[in-house]
Amino acid sequence: MRAARLARRLGWRALAGVGVMWGAATASFFTLHGTAGDAALSTVSGQGADPTRAVLDQVRRDYGLDHPLWRQYTDYLGRLLHGNLGESYQQRVPVTHAIAGQLGGTVELAAGAVVVALVLAVGVGVLTAKRRRRWIGAASSGGELVLASMPTFVIGLLLLLVFSIGLGWFPVSGQEGLRSLVLPTFTLALPVAAILAQVLRSELEDVLEQPFVLTARARGMRDAGVRFRHALRHALIPLVTMSGAVVGWLLGGAVVTESLFNRQGIGQLMLTATTNKDIPLVVGVIIFTSLVYVVVNLVVDVAYTLVDPRVVTL
Amino acid sequence: MTIAPSVSDALPEPASAPPPGRARAASAAAWLRSRRPRVGTVLAVAFLVLLVVAALAPGLLTSQDPLAPGGGPGFLAPFRSPAHILGTDQDGRDLFSRLVHGTRASLEMGLGATAIAVTGGTVLGLLAGLGTRFTESLVMRLVDVVLAIPELLLALVVVALLGAGTVDALVAVGVATIPYYARMVRAQTHVVRRSAYVEAATALGLSRSAVIRRHVLPNAVRPLMVLAAIGTGTAIGVGASLSFIGLGAKPPAPEWGSMLSTAVPFISNDWALVALPGALITLTVLSVTVAGRALKRHSEGRTGR
Repeated sequence: MRAARLARRLGWRALAGVGVMWGAATASFFTLHGTAGDAALSTVSGQGADPTRAVLDQVRRDYGLDHPLWRQYTDYLGRLLHGNLGESYQQRVPVTHAIAGQLGGTVELAAGAVVVALVLAVGVGVLTAKRRRRWIGAASSGGELVLASMPTFVIGLLLLLVFSIGLGWFPVSGQEGLRSLVLPTFTLALPVAAILAQVLRSELEDVLEQPFVLTARARGMRDAGVRFRHALRHALIPLVTMSGAVVGWLLGGAVVTESLFNRQGIGQLMLTATTNKDIPLVVGVIIFTSLVYVVVNLVVDVAYTLVDPRVVTL
Repeated sequence: MTIAPSVSDALPEPASAPPPGRARAASAAAWLRSRRPRVGTVLAVAFLVLLVVAALAPGLLTSQDPLAPGGGPGFLAPFRSPAHILGTDQDGRDLFSRLVHGTRASLEMGLGATAIAVTGGTVLGLLAGLGTRFTESLVMRLVDVVLAIPELLLALVVVALLGAGTVDALVAVGVATIPYYARMVRAQTHVVRRSAYVEAATALGLSRSAVIRRHVLPNAVRPLMVLAAIGTGTAIGVGASLSFIGLGAKPPAPEWGSMLSTAVPFISNDWALVALPGALITLTVLSVTVAGRALKRHSEGRTGR
């Protein structure tokens, strides 16, 4: 009974994810189609050439631009299903290769940022929520508000100013070794940590008023034990549901962070593609990021259905 | 950088239980205290007023030309010369004047992008909330798709299609944040639609458009204003980010984001060129957020916590 419900729920979620991907694919098809006239031209007019009508027609045929719209659309969806995102105008390589080549740098950065953000948010949230001394909570929520108000690049610049220029602990830019990874990771992590800590604190303040907390205290459990062993587990659930949003913030933040610290990665790829008006590459990165978003949400859904059995029965 | 948490800001919080059996005098004092605005809110609003003055009449605050090079020696540190109170930038331009003159670009970005987002979001939200089931699911699935894409990346797509520049960046930020407003207006529309007074109005024979005008829109305005207030701060931040990565305002123009990006190579020569515009952007976004939260508390009928 429960397994069937679980399967149904996950089936619906997967279907919704497929729907989002289909929508993203359709939107990108029309974006590409709207700019495809330029595609034919830009393919042949590389070095100021003056293509004849025959050459243009040939290119249109090669790109399938002479087919009816629905045929081009289904062809496009078919290519996407085969993992073919088209070819970059500027780099003359398949978009998937361009993305795969840059993925490592961003994953390295984002993975580190997730860990740092979680550790900071959990540490600060758990230690400052509902303290007898009111100023502790007020001070840390003030700090979180300031951090959350800072655009990513401002945080990065301030970190550079203090730890690179002032103290000389870390290099200003580059991608060599762990030391060059520290500042970009914190730049990406701090705003996320601030937001997560805000959510965690308000959740913890509710949880710490629950009867089971009083019970635990009455049994003689120490404050730290109550906070970390009982309250934290309950307060983490809303944090888990924010995973999709966190992925989005990290990818958006990666554009700015990679640009500021002069690192290779998806963000830098997207930025160059935008500046060069390399539409297939831009659209490819977007499809890729929405796939990541959908997959992360699905995985999170499975994970917390398994962790919290109440979710299914609701 | 992100609007998502701001959306949760705009949603009503569960009201806290009233304190049990207190003396009437004490509760009256608490009421008085709760009516008094917080210090933070007052500071934030005062700062915003100052920004509006700087945007509308920069000449009141500074007489220096923000663009003329060679107004003084380059890289002059702050508080060294009475002529250049915050020092000068790499080209000897007065930093204070550039910061003051940059205010307008930031406020225009914040208000313009938010206006686009509010308009687009209201139209889409009403379409979803009042249309047929088909239009509703079409609009909402579209919103789902757009929400799957980080707003800065979405803004980059718009820039790739329109080109880089101040107005294009403004449109990009506005379009990228439409879904949040659309979702909110739809939710609000649903609440109003199910209410008894709309049922009564329809029974009395009020036309559909009159119901929208008299009941649906006025009820959506308050939460929309709160979301817009907080969203304006976010839009200023995202707009500055676009300028910083070279897709918004272009360098000689005094714009905070692009001032920062031209200052990066000189970060080890002159900390003020980086720290001051950075602090100003942060203070601006912070003030808008704090004022927006105060507006939210006010619209929910309770002040202070």
